[in-house]
Amino acid sequence: MTTTTEAARAEETPAAGPAAVPERSLGARVAARAGGGAMRVFLVLAGLFWLMPTIGLLLSSLRGPEDIAASGWWKVFTAPSELTFDNYQRLLDNSAITGSLFSTVLITVPSTLLVVVIGSFAGYAFAWMDFPGRDWWFLTVVGLLVVPVQVALIPVSELFGAIGIFETTFGVIMFHTAFGLPFAIFLLRNFFAEIPRELLEAARLDGAGEIRLFTRVVMPLGGPAIASLGIFQFLWVWNDMLVALIFAGADSPPITVALQQQVRQFGNNIDVLAPGAFVSMVIPLAVFFAFQRQFVSGVMAGAVK
Amino acid sequence: MTTATAGGADSAPPADKRPGTGAGAGGHPRGGVTGTRRTVAVAFLLPALVLLGALVVYPIVYSVYRSFLDQSGTSFAGLDNYRELFTDDTIRTAVKNNAIWVVVAPTVATVLGLIFAVLTERIRWGTAFKLIVFMPMAISMLAAGIIFRLVYEQAPERGVANAVAVGVHDTFAESSGFPKAHPLPVHPLKAGGGGSFVTKEPVRAGTPVNLPLVGVAPAKMPGDAEPAKAATASGDGITGTAWLDFTKGGGGKPNAVDPKELGLKGLTVEAVKDGKVVASAEAGADGVFTLPAAADGALLRLPAENFREPYNGVDWLGPSLVTPGIIGSYVWMWAGFAMVLIAAGLAGLPRELLEAARVDGANEWQVFRRITVPMLAPVLAVVLVTLMINVLKIFDLVFIIAPGSSQDDANVLALQLYRTSFGTDADLGVGSAIAVLLLLLVIPVMFFNVRRIRKEGRR
Repeated sequence: MTTTTEAARAEETPAAGPAAVPERSLGARVAARAGGGAMRVFLVLAGLFWLMPTIGLLLSSLRGPEDIAASGWWKVFTAPSELTFDNYQRLLDNSAITGSLFSTVLITVPSTLLVVVIGSFAGYAFAWMDFPGRDWWFLTVVGLLVVPVQVALIPVSELFGAIGIFETTFGVIMFHTAFGLPFAIFLLRNFFAEIPRELLEAARLDGAGEIRLFTRVVMPLGGPAIASLGIFQFLWVWNDMLVALIFAGADSPPITVALQQQVRQFGNNIDVLAPGAFVSMVIPLAVFFAFQRQFVSGVMAGAVK
Repeated sequence: MTTATAGGADSAPPADKRPGTGAGAGGHPRGGVTGTRRTVAVAFLLPALVLLGALVVYPIVYSVYRSFLDQSGTSFAGLDNYRELFTDDTIRTAVKNNAIWVVVAPTVATVLGLIFAVLTERIRWGTAFKLIVFMPMAISMLAAGIIFRLVYEQAPERGVANAVAVGVHDTFAESSGFPKAHPLPVHPLKAGGGGSFVTKEPVRAGTPVNLPLVGVAPAKMPGDAEPAKAATASGDGITGTAWLDFTKGGGGKPNAVDPKELGLKGLTVEAVKDGKVVASAEAGADGVFTLPAAADGALLRLPAENFREPYNGVDWLGPSLVTPGIIGSYVWMWAGFAMVLIAAGLAGLPRELLEAARVDGANEWQVFRRITVPMLAPVLAVVLVTLMINVLKIFDLVFIIAPGSSQDDANVLALQLYRTSFGTDADLGVGSAIAVLLLLLVIPVMFFNVRRIRKEGRR
């Protein structure tokens, strides 16, 4: 196409250089301007549309139960005095919710750390070590990337039940770690493989042992990928509900399960659900905004979870 | 692929970085660039392999095995569980819904993502916009579920979706009449069947007709209703007054037009003879209406349309709309994902090609359709496939948003599996069959991924 264009241009404007600016008709330019304006309006509306549900939640959480039952959250704009922090106050006194936040941390942090550590060990092994059938093993890991957790729910329940860790925080952590590993290994192995061979050989020649090689050379270089993985896994586990619903202890559910129980029992107590949901969102949103780039690159690299 | 001899160029990537050292001189074989002993390599791999083997691979095998056993898990049931997947009504609804999900949700999300990605390319605040649209990816599906429960709240006073629906509807539709209005026993009106009211006696020209009603809250009266006027007789036509026979604070006489009582503006009055409508009129702001001479001797009827309930919005979470509604919440969450991936793909497109086409005279739409989209095809494919396998597993959103009454209509496979396996009267055989079905559905993607990585390795 480029050649045709150049030929055509050469025919029409033989004197024009290759950098000639195309002349568009007035009509075309006006249309482009108007189109641009319409486009902007569309985007502004779309942006507002996207924000609205979250804002609705936030404003609802700041209204008393009587106001919530009587009118929609948009009334706040005409009656700002409605806003109150009472719901949050009561939430902090609600030990079921605060306890579940603590449980969430207790589940999420170890899961993330374990996935990063175990995934790093395995990813490095796949990248730079040689052993029988290494490539087949790696292809198996790639295959496991898309396995849905549903496949494991029944078998692992029975397995955990048999060894006594069903309905324990430990069980949940193990499950999340296992299902986070395919992605972790895939991501880290590809990243570690990019490390220049000379660095490793040089360190080897300097007499570095296995552990030193791993901790002093490989891991520091893996920083960006590890950050992406960590953030991705953190958000994934924090936001999970299904696995916790089945495998978490009845007395220490994470926040997603605790809120789900509220929905199940009452369904319409927005004055509890709204602040609760918002509180559950604060940490993930904070992590997201603070580490956007790592999160986005993690999402893009995975694109399979 | 050969097993690990001394490295070799046919190993997996990065092939060109792999020199391959020979097996160590006697003793423990050392391989790879790092010259690691095999036992150490195993040690590095062991935790991962143990966890994966026990919690991912073994379950796959066990699920397949269990799906061929019956509910109690003791006897072989052949394909019975699978047969039940396609005969049981709730499960069939789930399968049908999953099909709808897989076709609709990724498509809508991708199309929106494409539109957003293309449009935000040239805007200065494009990054802010992308952030807003991508943000829902960070929250849990439970939180999104609660958010959308709020949005889809039925009452238009409380739920924003219905507030908009009612607002749009009422702008274009005629204002409805007077729901709950009705005559008192002393009034000259009685129920006429089907929600309408008729006069007890036929009307005569020359005698003004009184049509009083009660039951309309003062706040619901039309803003421009005026105090009712007693109609005057006029020629052969029928005249009358339709008004709200209620004086605030009491003191009025029933069946008589008292000062301060308001006319029922807009009320439709029909003259009915032998079951046929011969004339109709609308009451004015002061309640007065006039019917032509043809209405002489007819019964006057206030048709039921006058008393229709106002439009109450759409039943978003009712049985028919619940699945589209939940798909809406999914698109809200995941359109940002599509947008970000497509935007990255867009950024990688060669600019010269697009500019050349524009110079050739192609307008934006042609450039978009003929060049941009085809060149984005790989990215679009990745986005669509990722969303499809994501959607197969959809659980949280349906679990939270669908109210009890619509749960069966919104059913999806993952939800069905949960109910079958972990609810009361669990049937683990059927549950395992559902799990295997989900696995079978993602196997094509699995193969494709593996093949892609293998090919990359061979380069």
